[in-house]
Formats: sequence, C-alpha cells, structure tokens
Amino acid sequence: MARLVNGIFNRLVIAVPFGWLLILFLVPFFIVFRISLSQTAIAMPPYTPVFDLAAGWDGLKDFLSQLSLDNFIYLTQDSLYVKAYISSVTIAFFATLLTLLVGYPIAYAMAQAPRTVRPTLLMLVILPFWTSFLIRVYAWIAILKPEGFLNQILLYLGLIHEPLIILNTNVAVYIGIVYSYLPFMVLPLYSALEKLDGTLIEAAEDLGCTQFQAFWKVTFPLSLPGVIAGFLLVFIPATGEFVIPDLLGGSETLMIGKTLWAEFFSNRDWPISSAVAIVLLLVLVIPIALFQNAQTKAQGE
Amino acid sequence: MKSLGSIRRSFAPWTDPSAKPYISFRNVTKKFGTFVAVDDLSLDIYHREFFALLGASGCGKSTLLRMLAGFEQPTSGEIILDGVNMAGTPPYRRPVNMMFQSYALFPHMTVENNIAFGLKQDRMPKNEIADRVAQMLKLVKLEKFATRKPHQLSGGQRQRVALARSLAKRPKVLLLDEPLGALDKKLREETQFELMDLQQDLGLTFVVVTHDQEEAMTMADRIAVMAAGKVNQVATPAEIYEAPNSRFVADFIGDVNIFDGLANPSQGGDLDIAVAEGFTIRTPVGGADVRGATRGFAIRPEKIRVTREAPADAGINSVRGEMWDIAYLGDMTVYIIKLPNGQTVKASSLNAQRSVENPLGYDEDVWISFDGDAGVLLKD
Repeated sequence: MARLVNGIFNRLVIAVPFGWLLILFLVPFFIVFRISLSQTAIAMPPYTPVFDLAAGWDGLKDFLSQLSLDNFIYLTQDSLYVKAYISSVTIAFFATLLTLLVGYPIAYAMAQAPRTVRPTLLMLVILPFWTSFLIRVYAWIAILKPEGFLNQILLYLGLIHEPLIILNTNVAVYIGIVYSYLPFMVLPLYSALEKLDGTLIEAAEDLGCTQFQAFWKVTFPLSLPGVIAGFLLVFIPATGEFVIPDLLGGSETLMIGKTLWAEFFSNRDWPISSAVAIVLLLVLVIPIALFQNAQTKAQGE
Repeated sequence: MKSLGSIRRSFAPWTDPSAKPYISFRNVTKKFGTFVAVDDLSLDIYHREFFALLGASGCGKSTLLRMLAGFEQPTSGEIILDGVNMAGTPPYRRPVNMMFQSYALFPHMTVENNIAFGLKQDRMPKNEIADRVAQMLKLVKLEKFATRKPHQLSGGQRQRVALARSLAKRPKVLLLDEPLGALDKKLREETQFELMDLQQDLGLTFVVVTHDQEEAMTMADRIAVMAAGKVNQVATPAEIYEAPNSRFVADFIGDVNIFDGLANPSQGGDLDIAVAEGFTIRTPVGGADVRGATRGFAIRPEKIRVTREAPADAGINSVRGEMWDIAYLGDMTVYIIKLPNGQTVKASSLNAQRSVENPLGYDEDVWISFDGDAGVLLKD
C-alpha cells in the first residue's frame, strides 16, 4: 500500500511541472503557430479563418483547408525579416561575448574571495533584480544621452570637448544588453568556478605552469560548462530583446523583437508577427538542441 | 649484535658526519596570522632517502611539505635543496613534484594527457613525451587505461595515475601528501611495498607526509615525529619504536606502558626505579645523570610476559595483577591487567600455536614480568 502511495506521489511530482510546461508553454505555442498559418483580416480577432465548433465536421475541414504557409513564404520574400534575424543574432552574439568578457573576471574574483564575503558579493550581483528592468533601462537613457551623466563627467574631466553620441546607436544597445544580462552570465560562471578544486591549480603549477598558464589549461577548460550555460542564458533572450533596442537603439538598430512588435501593434498583422515569432524560436532552438545533443554524446563517451 | 639501525643496511648517510644533506630546513618558521604552523624547525634529509613526516593533523607536517613544493613561503628561515636556496623560487621552477592527497588529477584530460602535462609544459619533443608516458604507464601498470578519463578509474588506479604524473618529470625529490590515505587497507599495504620498490629502483628522494604510523614505519628510512610545529625525534623506525626520546614519541608510536618512579643506583651498577605500582624496575639502561630523579620507564606490550606462576625475583621487574580484559586479534592476544593500585597494563603475546591448553581467563590472578633491558628510560 505504502509503495502504491509512493508511486502515485512520484508520478505527481513529475506531473506537476509537466502540466505547468504543457499549459504555459506548449498550448500558447500552438495558438501562436495556428495564428501564423492564418490570414490577416479586419475583424475581431484580426485573422481568418476562425474555428467554429457549431459548423461540425465540415466546419473543421473548411477551417483546415484555409490554413497556409503563405506568411512563412512572405518572410523569405521581404529582405527586412532576414536582415532583422541576421542583425539580431549578430548583435546578441557580440553582446553576449562582451558580457562574457566582463562577467568572467567578476565571477572569478567572487570565487576567489574569502568564503565569508561570497554571500555578500552574490547578493550584490542579484541586487539589480529588486528594481524593475524597464526602469533600469530608462536610467541608461539619462546616463547616455548627449547631456547625460556620462558626457557631463567626461566633459568636466576634459577628456572630450563635445558630447559623445551614444544614445540611439548600436553602442547603447550593446551597453544595455551587457548591463541587463550580466547577472545571468555571472551566476553560472560563479557556480562553475566556485566548485573548482584549488589543488588542481596547485598541481598545474607544480608540474611547471605559471599562474596564467594554469588558468588557461585548467581553470578555463573546467569552467566551460558555466561559460556555455551563461552564454545561452544571455544569448537567447538577447536575440529576441525588444525593450533595450527600442529604448536605447536608434533607427539603424534592426532587431527582430522590434520588428515583431511593429507587426503586432502598428500593423495589427497578427499572422505575420506569429510567423516571425515561430521562426525566431526555430532559429534559437534548433542550434541549441543540436549542441545539447552533441554534448550529451560527448559526455556519454 | 644488537642493532637499531636502518632497514637498508648499507644506507645510513645520517650517521656519516661528512655526508651532505640534500634538503635542509634551517630554522624554518611559518605563521598563519597568529597561528604558528611550523616553529623554528631544522631538519636534514639525504639524497635517495625515503623520509616520512609523521604527526597528527595540524602538527605542521603538510605545511612543511607545501613550503618545500613552493606553495607556501616560510615566515623566516631557509630551505636549501641540492645546494640551492629555494627562497623566492615559484613552484613551477622547483625540481620537486608533488603527489596530492586528493590526487588532483585533471578531470578534463585523459590518463595519458595527465601524465604528459608536465612534460608538455617543459616543451619536451613529442616523440620523447610519448616514450616517457608509455614508460610511466608501464611503471604503474596502467597501459590499458591510457585513454580513460579520471572519473572512469577506481581509487587505486587514480592513485597510480597521480604517482605516474608526479614521477614523469623525473623530479629530484618526490613529495607525497598522505599518498595512500584514500585507499582501503589491503590496497594500501600492497602499495606501500610498491612505493618502496619504486623509490629504490628510481633512486629518488621521497618525502612523505602521513598520520599513519604503520605506513611511516613500513616505508621510511627515517621518520620525523612532529607535534605543534616542532620535530620531536628524527630516527629510523626501529629507533623511534624501541628508543623513543620522549614520553610524547613513546606514546604516539604504538602502544606503550609507562611506569613513573624515583631512580636510584642499585648494587651491580644497575638502576632501580621504585614505581608507584608497588614494585621495582631494575634496568641496565640509563646513566649516572638520572640518579635521584623521577623518571618514566616505557615498555611495549609485546615485551611483557603474563604467567600464572610467580617469576623468580618476584617484585623485581614483575608485579601481581588481575586479568581484566582479553582481546583475541588472531595473530596475537592482547591482555589488560589491573594492578593493585588500579593502574592497567597492556601486554600482548603472539599466538604461535593454533591452540593453547588451559588459556588465561578473565579475573585470574596473574603475574606480569619483563626483562630490565626490554624497556627504555624516558628523558622526561
């Protein structure tokens, strides 16, 4: 009897998160997918066909026959979308690389810090989450604008003679992404570096490595799982980022999140924006799935 | 001839005043904050010696080893290795290699790459590296495991990889930090003998840190018994066991019974110690300097006889007691005998025969006795 209860409990433990994912991820995904196969219409909802249960079996057949891949074909025909995808992935990639370059030394220093100080440092990394993301990005406008803090300080120090134009350029987008996503990079790196056995570094030094060589040959390779986790945690949301390019970027900044927003709210073209969203998902999920697959295989060996 | 010399008969450079030490610690002190880990310690280790630093945890033995490897700098004093003062030399430039207690194998590298790591660091030509790695794998009998990763090996195999890696660069001195601590008893005993053979064959100087006295006694040419950052005694295993220079060393190594009493000369030039347990120890050991002083006499359990009958000269080197406890250990039997004053004495006897007629039993009245020269007079 106890075993039976235990078995049911075990299933329940798995069923709850599964149900959560099913309802909050898979169902919305299928709704979006279904809209992406529809045509735009001036109606409520703003697309056709609309599935009508009252029409019965014929209604369903009629509904299915009206779905098409036209929107996806359209995405390949207008170069705007392809450019926006490429530009998004490029900006996200280099911004993630910058985040890694900034985040690694921070995580390394945290892992090297005395054990008693580490919780405080960890707290400091998480602290920005206490404030709204939107407000923090707004704050950057105040810092980066031509008459903002940064320019005033630089002018006062005499380093520049006229204000730098940073706001509404891609540079501001990079700054925004690096700033906003830094904790997502630092935390997995820190957890990988903190686990690292210090005697491995000593062993490397004992066998003839300088401290720098020991870092490259032992510390860095062993922190790779953290690097990869941090990279994905930053790269994936940064690719679809809307708020940062919208608030900090300029007219030259072409990112798929902005395009999606414009299609949805400005053009009210739900089917096209749904198709954009589905393709974005595929662009991100397929390479990551392949990568994960390769990694599991490598670990299995 | 009676001897408390080294196991390797021809090898005893420490007895030769003209021999030059290979490693010298000179008045080395190491402080961590206010904690003194190593306290004004001087010690000489000779070329090709298998030297053990033995002590309880926190006695400073590991700190001493880490200073030799270069991971810690002495607060004061100097360390000389093969005539060179090691002050300021970083670990990667020292001609020593260390085998770590945790083995510290690189988890992202195969066994071969772990062994080749130090050689690649020295920019040895590729074919020479391959030869050396093959040679090392053969030495530790791991040829079949060359392409495995450390997590695919057993504890004993990992220990061998760590050994091969630390030997691959042919260091002048191999440092071993609790090398067998993580192995089970049987494997540990086998590996002790393998390490001894290896050290002999390669002709290297080994310095091993251990808290296991049996391990130190088995492997080492000489042992330094350490406590509280100081060396209490440096001597061969036999000397440490049979002639401990202090109460601490006598007590630390093996089991011992210590009787305290006033020492006075007896007829015939011997020393009589009237001990608190109510009998007299008459011993030829000890000089005129101890007369009239209160001294301890240490005697090991296996040197005490337990009999039903009173020995001749009852009361001299013998006393009556009650059998309190008997522990049968297979190879030997340990007796705990309670003396009239309540003090207990540990005695042991080898079970040379498979069965004994009418063995000693609990609560029996027995006599314990020993030879006057079977124990040692402590200096404190």
